[in-house]
Amino acid sequence: MGQPITVTVNGEKRTAEVEPRLLLVHFLRENLRLTGTHIGCDTTHCGACTVLVDGTPVKSCTMLAVQADGEQVTTVEALAAGGTLHPIQAAFKEEHGLQCGFCTPGMMLTSIALLQDNPDPTDDEIRWALSGNICRCTGYMNIVKAVKSAAVQMKAAAAVPAATAAARS
Amino acid sequence: MLPAPFEYHAPRSVDEALDLLDQFGDEGKVLAGGQSLIPLLKLRFASPAHLVDINKIKGLDFIEERDGTLRIGPLFRHKSAERSSLLASRYHVMADAAPQIADPIIRNRGTIAGSVAHADPSGDWGTVLLAMDADLVLRSKKGSRTVKARDFFSGPFSTALESNEILTEIRIPAAKAMTGGAYLKLERKVGDFATVAVAVHLRMDDGKVGSAGIGLTAVGPQNIKAEKAEESLRGVRLDDAAIKQAAALAAEASDPKADQRGSVEYKRNVVRVFTERGLKRASERARGGG
Repeated sequence: MGQPITVTVNGEKRTAEVEPRLLLVHFLRENLRLTGTHIGCDTTHCGACTVLVDGTPVKSCTMLAVQADGEQVTTVEALAAGGTLHPIQAAFKEEHGLQCGFCTPGMMLTSIALLQDNPDPTDDEIRWALSGNICRCTGYMNIVKAVKSAAVQMKAAAAVPAATAAARS
Repeated sequence: MLPAPFEYHAPRSVDEALDLLDQFGDEGKVLAGGQSLIPLLKLRFASPAHLVDINKIKGLDFIEERDGTLRIGPLFRHKSAERSSLLASRYHVMADAAPQIADPIIRNRGTIAGSVAHADPSGDWGTVLLAMDADLVLRSKKGSRTVKARDFFSGPFSTALESNEILTEIRIPAAKAMTGGAYLKLERKVGDFATVAVAVHLRMDDGKVGSAGIGLTAVGPQNIKAEKAEESLRGVRLDDAAIKQAAALAAEASDPKADQRGSVEYKRNVVRVFTERGLKRASERARGGG
């Protein structure tokens, strides 16, 4: 028995009829074929399935698709705009913030939410913010480096338009 | 893993939610943050026929101090507690506990009231509320009643909450001058359940203990209020002897089981040590330090 939902996923309105018991992660992966969101533990521990719901990191294996009705969901597929990597993606690549890459979509989305909240986090703040995302390869060192590097890039990118605007006024 | 099938309801008001719950009886279940309930549904430990999601009801995420009472709504989330300047400045035991709940992503959705209603003996908020002598407002279609936190928990995952009721408000006596608190939690890793945790909520009065609340997590079939330890402190000077005695009484009140997190003796000893440390930290904070 289907329940109609409309979820804005990566800026696009997606309408579907879903079973109430369908988890958000399955809606994304199977109904919308957005398989960048990974299923790791399926028990709310690992954070691999993290997506942003209205900008907030949420474990999509622990939210029902029907609960996302009317909400904005952002997945890893939205990060690279027009073929250009998002600064967080570029930083994970440059700093070797991944090995197998399974946890990476969740890591990056949690990191983006952190940097929106706190554009200049310390190592401790990064580790704290990412403590719900488990990585079995890297030992986390390069993930922390990648987030720091992305913070610098994103601040610089934010400063350019502001400076241009200031120069114009 | 998929939950067993259920019907989903997203009422827009508390009255509407209560109507639904009244209609469904034991077949209905309230969904708040869902960070315990959804895993339970997936593991099929719970399979209600109807899920009543209260997340679409506006105005339930409140926290306010009014008429000598701190009031917390059913959708006040762990993350909001972690970021609350009110809790940081006046309710240290809650401010201490908030960042130690699960992990940051779970804290974005999980709620204090949901955690309390779930009544996991390893849950943290029930212990905090026992130490703070909170009242819980349970509302049904027929009206509301107020239950003391110490009368609320009746065993593992068991409470006084009836199937047609919602925990609509947590009420905590507003912190008076010279109040301090602490929550100490031992966990193996971030996101693990407590091996042991101790909540202390202390009010000093003219150099002596005005009132002391002590709660214990994960060392019994439910969150425990260490009443004998609390009573031993009332009206006394908080010196080393009084702290040691209260800590010994708290350890006696605990009833831990041996598991992969530790032996009975170990856990009981952690209760003793954490009660000592918690009382010291709480009294420093009551004096405006720490």
